Formats: sequence, structure tokens, C-alpha cells
Amino acid sequence: MTGKKEQPQDMKRREFIGKTVLAAGAVSVAPGILLTVANAKTEGEGASSNIRWGMLIDSNKCVDNCTACVDACNQENGIDLMQQPKGQGDEMWNAQRPQWIRKVKLRDRQTGEVTNLPMMCQHCEFPPCVDVCPTGASFKRADGIVMVDRHTCIGCRYCMMACPYKARSFIHQNVQEQTVRAPRGKGCVESCNLCVHRVDSGASTTACQDACDKDGHKAILFGDLKDPESQLSKALKEKSSRQIRADLELNTGVRYTSL
Amino acid sequence: MPMKKLHYSELWCSSPRYWGGLAALTFIILLGMASAYYMEHSGHWVTGMSNQVVWGLPHVFAIFLIVAASGALNVASIGSVFGGPLYKPLGRFSGLLAIGLLAGGLVVLLLDLGRPERLIVAITHFNFKSIFAWNIILYTGFFTIVGIYLWAMIDRKAQKFYEATGFAAFFWRLALTTGTGSIFGFLVAREAYDAAIMAPMFIIMSFSYGLAFFIITLMSAYWWSSRELGSHRLEKLKNLLGVFVGAVLYFSLVYHLTNLYITQHHGVERFILLDGGFYTVMFWLGQVTIGGIIPLFMLYSPAFSDNRFAIAIASVLVLIGGFVQIYIIVIAGQAYPMTLFPGKEVVSSSFYDGVVAAYSPSLAEGMLGLAGIAIAMTLVAVGARVLKVLPESLEDPGADSA
Amino acid sequence: MHSSTGILRAAGLILAAGMALLSTAAVSDSAVTPGSRAAGMESCVAPTAEIRRNHMDYLKHDRIKVVHDGVRDVKNSLAGCVACHAEKDGKGGYHPVNADGQFCSGCHEYLAVSLTCFQCHSKQPEQKHSAAASLSGEENAGQSGALRLLMEFDEAPPLSAEEMAQLHAVSREE
Repeated sequence: MTGKKEQPQDMKRREFIGKTVLAAGAVSVAPGILLTVANAKTEGEGASSNIRWGMLIDSNKCVDNCTACVDACNQENGIDLMQQPKGQGDEMWNAQRPQWIRKVKLRDRQTGEVTNLPMMCQHCEFPPCVDVCPTGASFKRADGIVMVDRHTCIGCRYCMMACPYKARSFIHQNVQEQTVRAPRGKGCVESCNLCVHRVDSGASTTACQDACDKDGHKAILFGDLKDPESQLSKALKEKSSRQIRADLELNTGVRYTSL
Repeated sequence: MPMKKLHYSELWCSSPRYWGGLAALTFIILLGMASAYYMEHSGHWVTGMSNQVVWGLPHVFAIFLIVAASGALNVASIGSVFGGPLYKPLGRFSGLLAIGLLAGGLVVLLLDLGRPERLIVAITHFNFKSIFAWNIILYTGFFTIVGIYLWAMIDRKAQKFYEATGFAAFFWRLALTTGTGSIFGFLVAREAYDAAIMAPMFIIMSFSYGLAFFIITLMSAYWWSSRELGSHRLEKLKNLLGVFVGAVLYFSLVYHLTNLYITQHHGVERFILLDGGFYTVMFWLGQVTIGGIIPLFMLYSPAFSDNRFAIAIASVLVLIGGFVQIYIIVIAGQAYPMTLFPGKEVVSSSFYDGVVAAYSPSLAEGMLGLAGIAIAMTLVAVGARVLKVLPESLEDPGADSA
Repeated sequence: MHSSTGILRAAGLILAAGMALLSTAAVSDSAVTPGSRAAGMESCVAPTAEIRRNHMDYLKHDRIKVVHDGVRDVKNSLAGCVACHAEKDGKGGYHPVNADGQFCSGCHEYLAVSLTCFQCHSKQPEQKHSAAASLSGEENAGQSGALRLLMEFDEAPPLSAEEMAQLHAVSREE
């Protein structure tokens, strides 16, 4: 008997809680609903799969002891704004600082021939780094540029393990200063993105190419692999070029001649 | 012959010992958490990791614990899937140990991420081509399935799920360890990886380390709570461990022999087996001798036939050897340079192309790793005290029949 | 026992009123700092109440467009926000937009929501930190308003009337 008297009150409490939760839910969801309707417009611009960005590097023209491309890349992408943390050794700093492009000097074991070349992300058509990224942060854009969406990167570094060219760098420290065009922060992975901010703004060259051209070496040529009229395509037709680690069949966007 | 009815009870041992042990474990865990906070707050520059060796000591601990976790469930599987009567009473503890070890390993793995606060992103964004993403699903699924399996074993009302969950847990953990091995096996980039044998090798490693952990924890639990552990049952476990240790040695042998046959891989083999300095010493001394030959001797030699202490020591040595084996797989595999330009030597590069990368682990990394083991042990200790997972007596069956 | 119903009702009413208040963003104090470009403008890229509530969703949506699709000319660009809302520090530079007392902390400190955007993104508008910074001047001129904000900020030519209308919520009824 007393049970029946209690029940209505329980129902009232449940009703109250239920209605409050419903109201709270409605208040929080409502703005979202408005948002999706408001942003339903479509854009026609942006990266397109009609283009595939690539690069041709002539190692014959690459000069010993020149680091113009490296310096230009560092400046363009704000890497030169990073500073060695206080208390860190020089060797560790060199091993931990980001390097999107690096100069490599080789000597043939049999013939003794010396070769110089810059090495960066090869922008593969079948990138191992994209395959292994657990969140999909490492991705290939429609126009072939392989890059990291650092909003989604959790910093697991599996892509760094997977890259056959060791192209990726992890940011090991808090970054105080960045350029607007190249955000950078602790705990994420990054690599050469073929100066994607310039490319998207309509530029036809990368910073490294500009620097190499300015110094008169002209060893780097950036362009559209899918456009038969582009300087790059024509150069690839004229010269014999190859991919580094071609046996992996990744179909890289960056090719080398005289190697 | 009527079998004495098996009675499980919570683990009780003298309070100072139990609480003292928990206090020590908690202290280690706190040190580990402080280290993790330090590494996350300053950034990874305070560790020994770099762009050359990107996975360091925390990953070695994490992978070691995760591999051992799946193997620790082996005992339960033998009991339920393969119908081994001597193993059936050990099933509950096996499940608890598996959950504890996996939790410990995952904590270390997640705290070493560059952005651990983005765990939510990791469990809401999946790239299904990535074996890493599959591993995340396999790990979380493991907790669920083993949790239900444990419930089916403990709760009489859930007994109907026992067989199904037993099979599910068995296959799930095979998938999990295959996934863990494939993290390395699927990488074409590095000479030390890129091998199909990595997955089955990890499976057999899991059997060995998991059983070693199981034996040590079981013996400790029964010793500290003054419960009886029958010699015959222990001998079965000991012999099984010996088989697994031998199998791990066999898989290692096949892996290295194959690499030695492939000219392209001679460099990395030479590095590990001959002139890698620290890594070579650790391989021959740590992995092969301490982790393989000495335990085999202690487990099978008639000189140690009735010696429980020898079994415990052998298990510890197996774990040490296993840790070293994973250290070599993870670290040496990264330290050895990739060959981008076959036939050419690298004269200079600012990014350490062509040279063996240096890696010396920092204290913070070590503390985080040890905290992982401590977390596992704490979960097991608390679980054994709260749940009825350990039989009152594990005396040999038929021991008290007249 | 029955008096507790009255208290519950009152609590419910207060809770609902509080939520209603928050949802309408009736708080009208402006966080815009006097030395910023925004101080001289009527409104942001969306009406104040709307942008206050939804800026994180707008930014999240547009960042996917920028990063994955390469569409740079978005209405809700973080660099755009910073360019307008950063306060000049009187020495030729800018205060970091998320520093204490600056624009972002105006609301975020009160609401205790920590910002991670500026762990990676620049807290100041692009300043000419080197001559070889980005594109040459001619290529600059062809770009639309939002993009130009990314470049040599101090030399960015003033926005045309159409660009102004595109970037700012001048009028909502169309």
C-alpha cells in the first residue's frame, strides 16, 4: 500500500531528470544542426586528381658542399625558427631536429664515383606511410602530395618506421614560434609536402627549386607529371631517370637522373 | 576415484607482505607516471629517441608485455579448448594475468605517444589498411572477450558461455599476436623486418613469455599464501615452457638463417650477429644464452628435476631473454641503416643515412616501462584478492586417494 | 517529504534558466582588444553570438577543406582570425593572440576551456621575417582576400568591397 503511494513520486523524479536531460541535449545539438545546413555549399577548387605533382633531380648538377635547397626549405617552412632546447647536446639536437630535405654524398664502392643529391619525401603513389597510419592522418592528397594532417596525428611514429626513405621527422619539443604558412607543434610527425601552401596559392615552383635555380645549379625541377606539356614531363622524356628503391614498386613522384 | 571438489578462494597472505608489496608497486607506478608526464610535457627531446630510432625502451616494454599477455591466456586455452584437465583449474588466473599484462603494456604504449591526449582521435578515426589500427581493435576486443571468458569461468550462471568464449578468446589472441608481429613483418622499408616469419615468431614468443610470467606469478602467489602447488602439475608447466623456449630458439634460427642466405640482408645480419657491439653481445648473451640455452638446461636437466627454485629462476631468465629479444627486434632493427643506394657508400649526410644510429635509453623511458610491469602486477594482485581466481589447493589429483 | 518536490522544481527551473541563458549567449561583453584590426570592424565573419558558440565547429570543418582538399580560400581560416584579432604591441609586432589578457583568453579563461590550436599555429599574423618569405609581389596580387592575409601582412592591400562582404557578415538577409 505504501509502495503505491511512493510510486508517483518516483515517476515525477524520473520525469524531471528525463526532461532536463532532453532539454540539455536539445540545447547542445541544436546549434550543430544549424551548422550542417549552413555549410552545405560545394566548392569547385582545391586539389584535383587531374594533376600529379612530382620532381626531377639531376644529381650531376647537384654540387658538393652546397646546401641552398636545405636552407631554403628550412626558411620557407619555418624550420629555422626552431631552437635547440637548453641542456640538449649537439649530437642529439642534430638527430632530433626536423629535416625535410637533406644533402647526401655518395661514393660508388666499385668505381669510386662521387654523387651528390638532395633527399626528401618521395611522394610515392603507394606510400607505405599512408598504409600504416592508424588514424589516417598520413594521407595522399588528390594531386599526389603525401603529407600529414597534424590535427589527427597522434604521434605514434609508425609512419617513420615504415618510410623506406626515412623522410619523416617527429617534433620532439615545444615549438614557440611558427610561420603562418607552416604550422608546427610538439608531438606530431611531418615531412616535405612539396611546399603545398605555395602550390595551393598558384605557385609553380617549390622553395628548394627556387634556391637551386638562384644559385645557378638548376638541379631540381618541380612540376605536373600528368601534364605532357609541363617542363617536368618533357625533361623526363628526354633524360633517363629512375626512382630510388625502385624495386619496392612504390612509383615515387620524385625521380633522379644521373644516379 | 572421486576428485576432491575444487574450491576457489580469494588470495590472502599476511597483511604487511600484501600491503607492503602493493605500496612498492604503487611507488613504481607513480615514478612511471611522473616520468610520462615529464616526457609529454617537455617533448621527446628528453628521451634517447630521435628521428633515427623512433621507437625506444617504452615500446620494448610495451610490446614485451602485450606479447606476454596473449601467451598468458594459453594456459586457460589449453584447459578449455584442448581439454587438458590439469590446466583447467588454472584458467581463471590465466585470464586475470592476461588482462593485467595487456593493460600494463597498453598504458606504456599510450603514454609514449607524441600526443597521448589524442587517444579519443585514435579510437574514432580508423585507417583499416593499417595493422596498427587493427591492433587497437584487437586489444580492446581482447579485454572484452577475456572479461566475458573470466566471467563465464567464475560465475556459475554464466557457465553456458564458457565454451564459446574459450574458443573466441583462443582465436582472438592468435589474431592479436599475429597483428603485433605483423607491425614489423609488414614493413618493407627495413632489412630486419619485412618478413612473414615475424607473425608466427611473435606467436611462439608469446607462448614462451606468457607461460614464464604465469609460472612465476602462480608460484609466488601460492608460496606467499601458503597454498599447496602440486609437483606433477608444476612439472607439466615446466615441460611446456621448455618446449616453447626451444620453439623460440628454432624460429630465431630460421629467421637468421634465411637472412643469411639473402645477400641483400647480409648487412643487418652481420650487424646483429657479429659487429654490432652492444647489440651483438645482447643477442648472444641475452637472447640465446640467458633466454634460451640456460633455461632449457635448467628445465630439462635431471640435475634440477625436483627443484622448484630452478623452475622459478629459469622462468625469470626466459623473461630476461625475451625482453632482450624484443629489444633487438625493435631497436637494432631501427639502428641499422636502410640501404637507399645499393652499391654505394654514404660519405656524408646530415640525417645519418648509411650509419648505425645511436640510441641510449633515458631514465624516464626506463621508469615508464617498469611502471607498466608494476601496473600489470598490481592488477593481478588486486584481482586475485578480490576475485575467486585461485584454487585453494592445486595439489596433484589422485594425491590423497588411498 | 513532500516539501522536497518544491525544492526539486526550483532547482530544475534554475538549471533550465541557466542553460537558456548560456545558450543564447546573452553575455555581451566583448573580448575584442582595442589595438586589433577587429576593433574597427562591425562584426566578425558571422554574427557575434553565432561565432562565439560555433567557431570551433566552423574551424574544424574548414580545416578539413584546407588540409585534405587544398581549398585555401575558406571563410573560417584560423590565420584570418589571428590577423584580425591580434593586438599590436606598439613595437611594430603583435602580442600573441592567446596570451593572458588578449582576445582568446577573454572567454576561454572564464569558461576554463584550454586551447591547443596555438601549440602548432602561429599566434601572430605573418610578419615580414625575411625577404625571401613566400611568393613574389605579382603572384600576390592575383589572390583573394583570405589568402593575402597569409602573406606579407603589413603590406596586404586593403580589401575590396566584395571581399569585405564575403569575409564579414555585413548583412544576414539575402
